[in-house]
Amino acid sequence: MRRRIALACALALVPIALLAQGLRTDPRAVPSPLVGAPAPDFALPRFDGGDLRLSNLRGRVLVVNFWASWCGPCREEAAGLEAVWRRYREAGVVLVGVNIQDREAPARAFLGATRPSYPNVVDRNGAASISYGIYGVPETFVIDRDGRIRLRHVGAVGIEALARQIEPLLGERS
Amino acid sequence: MRMAELLVAESESSERCQHDAGRAQHEKDGESPVTATAGSLALWVALAVAVYGFVAAALGARRNPGWSASARGAVLVQFALVTAAAAVLEWALLASDFSLRYVAQNSSRATPGLYKAGALWGALEGSLLLWVWLLAACSALVVVLYTRRHAELMPSVVAVLLAVSAFFLVVLCFISSPFERLAPAPADGRGLNPLLENPGMAFHPPALYLGYVAFTVPFAFAMAALVTRRLGAEWIATTRRWTIIAWWALTAGILLGAWWAYRVLGWGGYWAWDPVENASLLPWLTGTAFLHSVMIQERRDMLKLWNLSLVILTFALTLLGTFLTRSGIIASVHAFAGSPAIGTAFLAFIALVLLVSFSLVAARGDALAAPAELESLVSRESAFVLNNVVLLAATFSVLFGTLYPMVSEALRGVKASVGAPYFNFVNFPILVAVLLLMGVGPLIAWRRASLDHLRRNFLAPALAAAGLRQGHVLTVAALAVFVAGTVGHDLWRGVRARRTADGSPARALLSLLARNHRRYGGFLVHLGVVIIFVGVAGSSGYGRQVEQTVGVGESLSIGRYRVEFDGLRQVPNGTHVAVVAGFNVRNSDAPLGRLEPAKLFYPQQQQPIAHVAIRSSWREDLYLILTEFAPDGSAATVKAMVNPLLMWLWIGAGVITLGTAWAVLPDRRPRRA
Amino acid sequence: MRAWLALLAVLASVAGARAATPTAAEVEAVARQLRCVVCQNLSVADSPSEMARQMRDVVRERLAAGETPEAVKAYFVERYGEWVLLMPPARGFPLLAFVLPLGALVGGLTAALVVLRRWSRRSADPGASAEVDEEDLAAVRDEVRRRGAV
Repeated sequence: MRRRIALACALALVPIALLAQGLRTDPRAVPSPLVGAPAPDFALPRFDGGDLRLSNLRGRVLVVNFWASWCGPCREEAAGLEAVWRRYREAGVVLVGVNIQDREAPARAFLGATRPSYPNVVDRNGAASISYGIYGVPETFVIDRDGRIRLRHVGAVGIEALARQIEPLLGERS
Repeated sequence: MRMAELLVAESESSERCQHDAGRAQHEKDGESPVTATAGSLALWVALAVAVYGFVAAALGARRNPGWSASARGAVLVQFALVTAAAAVLEWALLASDFSLRYVAQNSSRATPGLYKAGALWGALEGSLLLWVWLLAACSALVVVLYTRRHAELMPSVVAVLLAVSAFFLVVLCFISSPFERLAPAPADGRGLNPLLENPGMAFHPPALYLGYVAFTVPFAFAMAALVTRRLGAEWIATTRRWTIIAWWALTAGILLGAWWAYRVLGWGGYWAWDPVENASLLPWLTGTAFLHSVMIQERRDMLKLWNLSLVILTFALTLLGTFLTRSGIIASVHAFAGSPAIGTAFLAFIALVLLVSFSLVAARGDALAAPAELESLVSRESAFVLNNVVLLAATFSVLFGTLYPMVSEALRGVKASVGAPYFNFVNFPILVAVLLLMGVGPLIAWRRASLDHLRRNFLAPALAAAGLRQGHVLTVAALAVFVAGTVGHDLWRGVRARRTADGSPARALLSLLARNHRRYGGFLVHLGVVIIFVGVAGSSGYGRQVEQTVGVGESLSIGRYRVEFDGLRQVPNGTHVAVVAGFNVRNSDAPLGRLEPAKLFYPQQQQPIAHVAIRSSWREDLYLILTEFAPDGSAATVKAMVNPLLMWLWIGAGVITLGTAWAVLPDRRPRRA
Repeated sequence: MRAWLALLAVLASVAGARAATPTAAEVEAVARQLRCVVCQNLSVADSPSEMARQMRDVVRERLAAGETPEAVKAYFVERYGEWVLLMPPARGFPLLAFVLPLGALVGGLTAALVVLRRWSRRSADPGASAEVDEEDLAAVRDEVRRRGAV
């Protein structure tokens, strides 16, 4: 009888241990299956006219940032992204902003306020953002010269963190 | 789901998807600091009293009436103090005292009075205070009701109740206090989330919490029985009515939540197998099993160990629910903005409860082992045992599904999840088994039944059910008819037997029902459950859905209805602006009235809230959601759904309530054993 | 005759090919199994959010392009990971999610029946039925009378 009860106790503690483990993880942090995979291509209209096709930029290190005008952290990271662009532009890094889940007027207002000098495109029907597995904003992807996704960052990204990811890729030859 | 997006946004504000976290516009000197101090003080003293009472009760358990009396006094004093603390917070809410952070975050000057009052349980700290208050009230009631007749058990019961409330008070005092101050106090509060401004909000949390808290009482009595070695049916018989009422409150809480989801959250459904919904279902399942298996112990003195384990498990599961909602461990629309600190505290307490309870059970192992005997394999005892097995299988599958994301991540590092399709699939066979047992169980005699007996009792209802065609959903309907049939058949036979004594059938029926409240109350509850199952089957199996954009004057067809759009209008409304779409509904014969789904735009909310429009009838609900509209009012996109038999869920809830009320009434004369 | 067979063959092949536009029900059937990624616990079919609408559009496009529902789901899993499915795939580790609960039900019922049989065998008079035979009753009455019991 006692052994059986001890067994029941031990069994009861298994879910508790599991829950304790669960306490240490963030339920909303989802690892991306896309890291290491080829970056999905897209051809989207630019805010300043014309189209931008991602595959045309093959051979360069790319940073693709998904944003929306109603998103606070997007605004916070805008200055940092511009700084990164300015620092690595000469080295051949291309920064592309993709506006998703938004309307034209507020998006343009956002661009007017943050004044990025890198190209920004708009994903009207969501196909591009879905192909990147986007589930919130902001999200930033770093793509190497071979067109493979090397990093996916969820949430506002800081200058130094991004720079640390870009630098090693600059040295790689495609 | 809109609310989900809002809540994701709000709670994740530091990293992404942020919107304004509040409007502390002007700054003013704090309101009365007395409020916060008084409230905190009340809680601190209550904690001290609870700890003192626990010690006193432990001493009193050694047959010391002086300490026992003191412990009982502590329970009453604790109740007074916790009531005072709750009153202070409620007053602060009603008076819009924004110097308290809790008031500033959950209320505003514009919030209507009813919802200001309800904001007491609108967020984490307040909900814990509600829990403690309910627990203190139940403890006081237990002391008042049972001291005289159960002097032996009381000290231990009091000790357990005080220990549990002491834990909650510790959390309230040290980890999340509702009386934290904001200095300087803002001029206006953030206001309650608009989705919570609904009558359901006034009833769903209190009913649900009452259900959770009330299960602490049978648990306390079980612990007392173990401590005092009075392991017979005393602890069960005493708590019988508590258990029934606790079960009813939990059922009502769950169904009120479903009603609220259906009416307010507005996606057309009423149950999403959300982890927190599941957390309320788990103790309900084991509580239902417990309700049934205690009857075996009362009559046959069997299954003592089983019943003790079941009540411990039920209590542990009620704590699990609070843990899941407040620890931040799962992402859910119900999740309060908790923290790992609270999560750790609750998890530690659950572990403590399990260890202490099962150690006690182990210590009394010799007294609990009794050879079990049944006269016949086919008997009510067997049906109840099978009932327990099936309900526990359901508990396990819901628990596993809820914890599956954690299991997957822990064992293979892959984030996975399960949702409604999975739970529906896995639980369907269990549902069928439950219905079958509900039909068969009440009519099998205690002790034994023969196949002949079965044949005589079940043939007629089974034939009625067989008349319906087979099919996924129709299986449920067939079994429902079976259960209704067995209940009706039994009542008919009973009335027929009594008619000779009582004359008219109506009087016969009444006197039959009055002779055995528990049995017939139980039948009525079963009937209510069956009605709910039929409603669930109808709305999940045969629902229809159409989404269409219509211009003014155009109509949309769904089922028997034609819904014609006749324009949009804008209605400013104090705290929000509503865009209301008018629809004229008609079926093939006649106009049926108007439905006006709307979108409500609140200045602080990033997304509008949808107000759905529902037209209910016995047969089906017509449900309209306004998804989009043209800014010039010329067109609207509407999602129309027809949900068959959905009203049966609420009707079933009413029947269950009636059945429960009947079941707890005392019998007019002594029941036959 | 040959013309009829030829016509039948053509008709059969046309019927076998996928319809160009998927019905709303077909889209919903797939959408119901995908999790809305910005909501908590709602399927793509149920969610009113813009993201869900865009996901439904993607589902519709892919079905229209001739992909099977499995392929459409696989596309989303490729982008989002396994958690985007509301029903775990029935192979590998997720199989546990089906086997364990259903196994618990079947195992529990079996164990219960075994235990119940054991309990009922232990009873003093396992063979007695609820009914009493008239003949036996008369025999007992005679016996009682014969022995002069009160």
